[in-house]
Amino acid sequence: MKFTRGLKDGLPIALGYVSVAFAYAVQAVNQGFPFWFPILVSATNFTGTGQFVGTNLIAAGANLGILFATLLVINIRYTLMSFALAQKMEDGFPLWKRAILAFGVTDENFAVAVRQPHKLTFPYLMGLMSCSFCGWLGGTALGAGASELLETLLAGGAHVYYEVLMSALSIALYAMFVAIVLPPSRDDKHILLLVLLSVAASCVFYFVPALADLPAGLNIIICSVACTAVIAAVFPRKEEEPEKTQDGGEA
Amino acid sequence: MNATLTDMLIGCLVMFAVTYMTKGITLLFAKKEIKSAYIRSFLYYLPYSVLAVMVFPTILFSTSSLISGIVGTAVALLLSFFRKGLLPVSLASIAAVFLTEFLLYVF
Repeated sequence: MKFTRGLKDGLPIALGYVSVAFAYAVQAVNQGFPFWFPILVSATNFTGTGQFVGTNLIAAGANLGILFATLLVINIRYTLMSFALAQKMEDGFPLWKRAILAFGVTDENFAVAVRQPHKLTFPYLMGLMSCSFCGWLGGTALGAGASELLETLLAGGAHVYYEVLMSALSIALYAMFVAIVLPPSRDDKHILLLVLLSVAASCVFYFVPALADLPAGLNIIICSVACTAVIAAVFPRKEEEPEKTQDGGEA
Repeated sequence: MNATLTDMLIGCLVMFAVTYMTKGITLLFAKKEIKSAYIRSFLYYLPYSVLAVMVFPTILFSTSSLISGIVGTAVALLLSFFRKGLLPVSLASIAAVFLTEFLLYVF
């Protein structure tokens, strides 16, 4: 389990991350953030959904307690993944090595690492995680740079094209999320039920005036925790089922 | 957007702290396995719910007109249903929105 083997396994993940990170950065710059901000967030966080929601909340001026709680709900799944990874690591990992590897836990890195038949070594995990992280950071930088460049190029009379293009790009991440959620919903009727329930709850919070006035982010916490709690109670998963993983491209 | 430089830096710091904490806490310190079938199920299901809540209905209003939002959403749903990858779904959805808004602008 060498470093180069990890790099090789990380390459397809990195390619998927480039497009997601690109879309994230475009969205952030389009919201009015300076180009360095999405790059700073990608460099310090390395988590797709969490960054996207966190950046939206900062733009909306949400308070820090809401930001903290929302990110906690979105990222709590990592706790389980890290746990499973810890079981698969070879003995004698010092704390400082674990502290470095913890940063690189993402849905896709976890999915690849946990599938390995052997115990995981430090060089292998470093190869895997650093490769996909390069894709993540590189994609963010490309997206931030491209947004700034396009705004300069499409100035004056061509500005309408810039606005149409940015409007079109702002659907990119949502479309990717649809592509993550829909296929497993076809395969597992419990996931489908959860998704439909969540969408219904989300619509209630969006369209009912009193609920729509709640602080930004609170709707995500309430809807997802309540719906998941119900589905997990009614349809607990059987333990022998293999872990299904979300396919490719979302950190 | 009305976030100041301080808001951005502190916001980013909070995001980093939460994210690293959730990733690191079990990798660094956990000794026993999580046995509860309920908690394991909850953690397994949660990401799907979070994504669903985030996408709908916001996706419909994510572009500059509701019509292009609906067209883009329909394209994303259709292609995802047939298991196209993240990138093809996203690109097709962007193209559909771009085309719709361009047509709306011209006519």
